[in-house]
Amino acid sequence: MREAEARFKEKFPGVEVFEHNERRLYLRIPREQVTEAVKFLHKECGMRLSICTGIDTREGFEVLYHFSEDKTGTIYTLKVLAPKDDPSIESQATWFPACDWIEREMHEMLGIDFPGHPNLVQLLTSDTDWEKDRYPLRRDYERRAEKHEE
Amino acid sequence: MSEEQKSTKSRRIVPIGPYHPLQEEPEFFKLIVEGEKVVDLEINLGYNHRGHEFISPELTYDQVPFLVERICGICSNSHPFATVLAIEDCAGIKPPARADYIRTVIQELERIHSHLLWLGLAGHFVGYNTVWMWAWKYREYVLQVFEMITGNRNHYAMNKPGGVRRDITREQIPEIEKAMDVVEKKVWMLTNAVLDDPVMRARLEGVGILTKEQAIAYATTGPTSRASGVPWDVRRDEPHAAYDLVPWDVIVFPEGDVLAKTKVRLLEMIESVRIIRECLKALPDGPIQARIDEIPPGEGIGRTEAPRGEVFHYIRSDGSNRPLRHKIRAPSFMNIASNVVAVRGGSIADAALTLAAVDPCYCCTERMAAFEDGKQKFTWQELLRLSWQKTERLKEKYGK
Repeated sequence: MREAEARFKEKFPGVEVFEHNERRLYLRIPREQVTEAVKFLHKECGMRLSICTGIDTREGFEVLYHFSEDKTGTIYTLKVLAPKDDPSIESQATWFPACDWIEREMHEMLGIDFPGHPNLVQLLTSDTDWEKDRYPLRRDYERRAEKHEE
Repeated sequence: MSEEQKSTKSRRIVPIGPYHPLQEEPEFFKLIVEGEKVVDLEINLGYNHRGHEFISPELTYDQVPFLVERICGICSNSHPFATVLAIEDCAGIKPPARADYIRTVIQELERIHSHLLWLGLAGHFVGYNTVWMWAWKYREYVLQVFEMITGNRNHYAMNKPGGVRRDITREQIPEIEKAMDVVEKKVWMLTNAVLDDPVMRARLEGVGILTKEQAIAYATTGPTSRASGVPWDVRRDEPHAAYDLVPWDVIVFPEGDVLAKTKVRLLEMIESVRIIRECLKALPDGPIQARIDEIPPGEGIGRTEAPRGEVFHYIRSDGSNRPLRHKIRAPSFMNIASNVVAVRGGSIADAALTLAAVDPCYCCTERMAAFEDGKQKFTWQELLRLSWQKTERLKEKYGK
């Protein structure tokens, strides 16, 4: 077992680990532990946040934090699930500048709320007339072709 | 009046944009200045979002590389490369060895032409138009090699899941080597010309410093972090294609200023030439494509070192012939955010150079296209003039 994986399991006994191959590891943790887990991977294991991915799934909104352990070339992906009726995950931007922009992007594209974010405003559609409550990467997003046909 | 109120009163905003002063792409920087000194920066993006992550799930796995190739005209190999790596990671496929070598050659050729492009623009920006003309003249050799191998000067369409689309023939190898000899000689000439010039050094040294701690906190990648003493390079850290099969070095400088970023890019070109030569020497025989029957349900991550840093693609598959979700992260998305700390404390004349030093690529960051929005505040010419004036002053000082 990898060193960081063993330490992570010790610290978070409730974690579900999926190993895709020797360089790709997926760790599912409860939503409440996300700040603690992100801090652990970045500060104590010295990993670099590559990016986060937000996905709208049947079970809820999944947010993946892709951490790169550069000394071994392994990607540790932290998986957090937020239910559909309460799509919110604690913001990491308060202490981790690398999370700032991507949380804003997930907020505007998927409508996930990040409580505690210092500036949760549109990043990519800020200067356009895009409607703020339409989230294009959600499964129930409908294209409005009729607007152009009128 | 309190101290804080006094200081806010003397603050002014210098708008840069929505066209970049150097690359003329649409984004908007608000420089907050006190006199000549920059105290803060606000970044506005999103003048035209193209929605690649939205379009990608509507296309088949064979079509997706063509879509992501059009994210950026300069990194037009890095994105499809990372995409096919993600698809191959998801399906557990290993491309044939010859395809790995060809992918490496194309990726390194792309790095040379991208770094030469940046060097030319940086030269133009500090008022050295000769550097600009020379750098772009020698970039032409690389583009001709691309045209010979792939049929295109840009948008090479080389990558497909399981391999590459075109082969490098035996007759092409001496031609590529000849072009590499010229490029290597000229890059050394440019390196010496830039580093020996006292005015150039004075303009670049100590300007726009990004410390190691800041580079780690902002998770910057590529030459931006390697010039701040952070030795991250995906080519070495996660060996893919032929990067672990040929000898080469990671270029790292600890200073964090624009000069260090320039040195990293200049010396990386030399390393790229070395990688290309070694790959052509060791090019194995065999097929260039592996057969893929289906992509199983699951997840895949592909990443590669683009000229600007790590390109990261994540694909989730549900077992159909289209991705369920395709996340794209270009290096500039992380690098541009670090401008906020790099530009602080510098002068206005240096600001535009600092902002350009990360080699920002807005089309990658936002996946967007240039357009006229009719309300741009065209101040880049003024900034260019400011920058040139500073160089002229330095030239007089050094008696040139």
